[in-house]
Formats: sequence, C-alpha cells, structure tokens
Amino acid sequence: MADFSSLRDAIRDVVHDGDVLAMEGFTHLIPFAAGHEVMRQKKRDLTLVRMTPDVIFDQLIGAGCARKLIFSWGGNPGVGSLHRLRDAVENKWPHPLEIEEHSHADLANAYVAGASNLPFAVMRGYAGGDLPKHNPLIRSILCPFTGEELAAVPSIRPDVSIIHAQKADRKGNVLLWGILGVQKEAVLGAKRSIVTVEEVVDDLEAWPNACILPSWVIDRVCVVARGATPSYAHGYYERDNRFYKTWDTIARSRESFQRWIDVNVYGVAGSEEYLQATTAGPAQEAR
Amino acid sequence: MIDTAMEPATTTEMMTIASARLLKNHQVCFVGIGLPSAAANLARLTHAPEVVLIYESGPIGAKPSVLPLSIGDGELATTADTVVSTPEIFRYWLQGGRIDVGFLGAAQIDRFANLNTTVIGSYEHPKTRLPGAGGAPEIASSAKEVFIILRQSARAFVNKVDFITSIGFGDGGDHRERLRLPGRGPTKVVTDLCVMEPAPGTNELTVTMLHAGVTRDQVTESTGWPVQFAENVEIISPATESELMALRDLQQRTMIAHGMANAE
Repeated sequence: MADFSSLRDAIRDVVHDGDVLAMEGFTHLIPFAAGHEVMRQKKRDLTLVRMTPDVIFDQLIGAGCARKLIFSWGGNPGVGSLHRLRDAVENKWPHPLEIEEHSHADLANAYVAGASNLPFAVMRGYAGGDLPKHNPLIRSILCPFTGEELAAVPSIRPDVSIIHAQKADRKGNVLLWGILGVQKEAVLGAKRSIVTVEEVVDDLEAWPNACILPSWVIDRVCVVARGATPSYAHGYYERDNRFYKTWDTIARSRESFQRWIDVNVYGVAGSEEYLQATTAGPAQEAR
Repeated sequence: MIDTAMEPATTTEMMTIASARLLKNHQVCFVGIGLPSAAANLARLTHAPEVVLIYESGPIGAKPSVLPLSIGDGELATTADTVVSTPEIFRYWLQGGRIDVGFLGAAQIDRFANLNTTVIGSYEHPKTRLPGAGGAPEIASSAKEVFIILRQSARAFVNKVDFITSIGFGDGGDHRERLRLPGRGPTKVVTDLCVMEPAPGTNELTVTMLHAGVTRDQVTESTGWPVQFAENVEIISPATESELMALRDLQQRTMIAHGMANAE
C-alpha cells in the first residue's frame, strides 16, 4: 500500500545517491516539483532515465545530480537545445556526464520489458542506422522460428520511478489520463516508486478501462498541486510554453542558470513556496 | 477575410504547401513535429479532411486547431479519436504496419536520403550535438513510405551524412531490400527550392520538380553532391488562394495560442 507523505519525506526516504532514477511524462505530467526536491536534497551520482530529458533533466544535470543519462530525444520541445545537457556532454560541466542513447521505440519497448519482468525487449528497428555502432547495448537476435534478425535492447528496471498524475483516492490508488507516455510501465518496472498528484478525492469515478495504478504498486503518494508545471496536467492547467522559451535564455549560461536555481530551487523551502512565487509573478522569468 | 492584394507565398510557405499536397485523403500519417506537422495539418484543412494524423506521444486521429509546439501538447489529445500509450503507438501502430506515410524533418540529409538528427561531426567529439533519434529511425524503416521536408542548403544536403540516425536508402540501390526493411523508404523530399525523388535503380535523390522561379543553378549550388535532374522537370504550381489562406490562418491561430511571434 502506498503511504501518503510530504514530497520532502518521499524523496529523502525513497531516492538514494547512485540510484537509477526514471522520471517519466511525455511532455505531459512531467514531475517537475519532484525534480526540484531531488535537487534541493542534493542527491548525487544518479543515472537519470527519460525518453525526452526535457527541461526537468536539464535542471538536474546542471545542478550536478547526474552521473549518467539514458535518453532517446534530448531537446527543448518546440524551442531548441538543452544547454545544460550540452554543456555537460561537451565541456563536462559541472562534471562529466555519461550518455546512453536510444530511439523512442527502443526505450518504450525497454520499459514494457521491464514492467513484464523480462531481461530484454525485441523490436524491429535500427537496421541500417549508426546508433548501434555507438551504443553496445543495442544488439540483435535471431527469431528462433523464422530466423529473422531483430533488434534486442536491455529492459529498463529503475531503482526508483517518479511520475505525476491527476488524482489519487484516499487509499492511494492513482488515476491518470490524457497523453500517458510510458508512466505506467515506468512505475511497474521499478523497484520503488513515487507518484505526485494534483489532488486527493473520495472517489476516482474512473471508467473500467481507465489508466489506474493501484495503491499497492506505489510506495509513496504526495499531493503536489501544480506539481507538473511548467509542463501541463490535462484537465487542470496548460503547458507554460512561455517558460519553455524563457528556459532557453536562463540555461544558456552557467551564471544565469545558477542564479535561477539559487532563487527558484534552493531559495525556496518546497514546491508550495516555489509555485506560490511563480503563480504570483516573475520568479520564473529570466533574470 | 480575403485580402484581394494577398502577399504572394514565401518560399517556406510554398515548401509547406507542396508537402501538404502529397498527402491523400484517408491516408494514415505518422507526423513529426515542426514543418511536417504544419504540412500534415494543412492537408487536413484543405484537400484531405479525412487524413488520419498520428503523433508519437499517443494521439491517433488528432485534429488540432492550432499547431502543437511540442509533440505532446494537450490539443493533440483533446482532438484525437483516441490516445494510446507511447509503447502502443510504436508497437501496434507503427511496427504493426498501420502507417501509410511517415512525415519527417531532419538537420542533414544525403544523396541516398539518409537522415541525421544526432550529431554534426563525430559522435564522440561532435561539432554540434543535435537532439537525437526520437521516433524517426523506426518511422523511417516501418512506414509504408516516407516524405521528408526541410530547407535546402549545401550544409544540409550533403554527399554523406555524418551520422545515419534514420535510414533512407543506405548506400543506395537495393540496400533497403537487403536490410529487409518493411517500408519503401523516402519517396519525396520537399524543400524550399524543389522536390527530389529517388531515381529508379540507384535510389539517388534526383530533382523532379522545381518551385516556380527557382533555377537549376540555385538547386545545384544548394546541394552538396552533383545533383541530377529528371528528364522532365515539372514546375510546381503556385499556391492557390485557399491553400495560402488556410496556412496563414493556421499559423495566425497558432501564434496567438502559444503567445509567440514565430510558431513554426
């Protein structure tokens, strides 16, 4: 059964230095508040896993939390580069970052394999491409029935997966809807998991085929309203496209990035204070 | 609403319009973000209202009223026939063989239509690090055919890409067949200067159409290999007023929705 706790306690108890940490959400429901708490608690040597590192991992990488990144598309969606990721890869700042690169189809299959308790995933992919030459974990396998050559990739089984969802009920059953990405697979494939939610309700009022993660597959549920901002929560709030654009300016230099996290991450006690500041006004703006 | 003195189409608009014309009504199209998404939605808003647009984030049959800024904008989910998980999109729908057309952009393309969105320079010591693969490698191999849209320059159209992120025709000829790839590969490359198609046999990209007013020299100068022209090079018919109006309305709505000056 999931325990309800503050986000601070959840990150302190569940995420350890050196963990393989997946934080999923495909543009939608990205667990930003949890990412900030990981930064605030100065977790180190993490292997970060996300199909699209997005601004959330740009922040964690710039803050020095990551040793390694596993990913499949590393841009700022609709805007351009992730400057902190590039600075880490190109200039080893704030320290070297090992990268392990895949395609979306590969990582999506690898999460399914993890949730399915399989050691690897089989797929049609990569034939004729150069990525397998640079990532030794992308291999091939012969179909034992037809002899066809297929791509094989190791499953993803994180130590911890963190996702954000719309609702939990009082038992800690979680409901999410809209663009679902690989969130369900990330939680089911992980040893431990944290779900932040917009709100707690008496009854989820879910239809039979809804995407529900039962309380007993989750370790912690934390109520963090607006916990996905600047990404969005379908039915609750929109994506803050302006922030994604502003991030390009903030993250471009080490100094402005450092100033931003000093004020907006280290300078606040928790997500409530940060979100109050951002809804009230200019805390997120470039400075 | 109709401005009788409508500004003529820009080269970027013509590229988008010429790409949109390629999509047929009722086709199922796996859409990349940016220019492909603009072209695919323009097709839906003009001659192909029943085209089925699929985005890798999970929406199937998306009918966005404004162009998405990211591949997972809420507008895509809200307007879709259904939204499935990302593994399902790649496993059942793309790998399952349900996609007629994969619509892709790229940073770099070569004479055999291989695409690079990973690195300029070497992988270990890149001159420029690009975002990487995303869904493109499997779209390029599994969609029944692939349309590619990108601006033409000698830097983008190279003899050999620095990194094959997504395969076109590999080394040319029957390379795709030897790799047993499910799809036919790129059938059209649309740029702001011309349309290229793989030549029968060699599968080398060859100019088959020119935008009105573009010269062969311009295309040659903007291509990093000695580009060949088909025997009969057609001139692409100019944008109709309704195409141009639909595109400009779409861009205008998009800019307002995203609160920004440039919505491409």
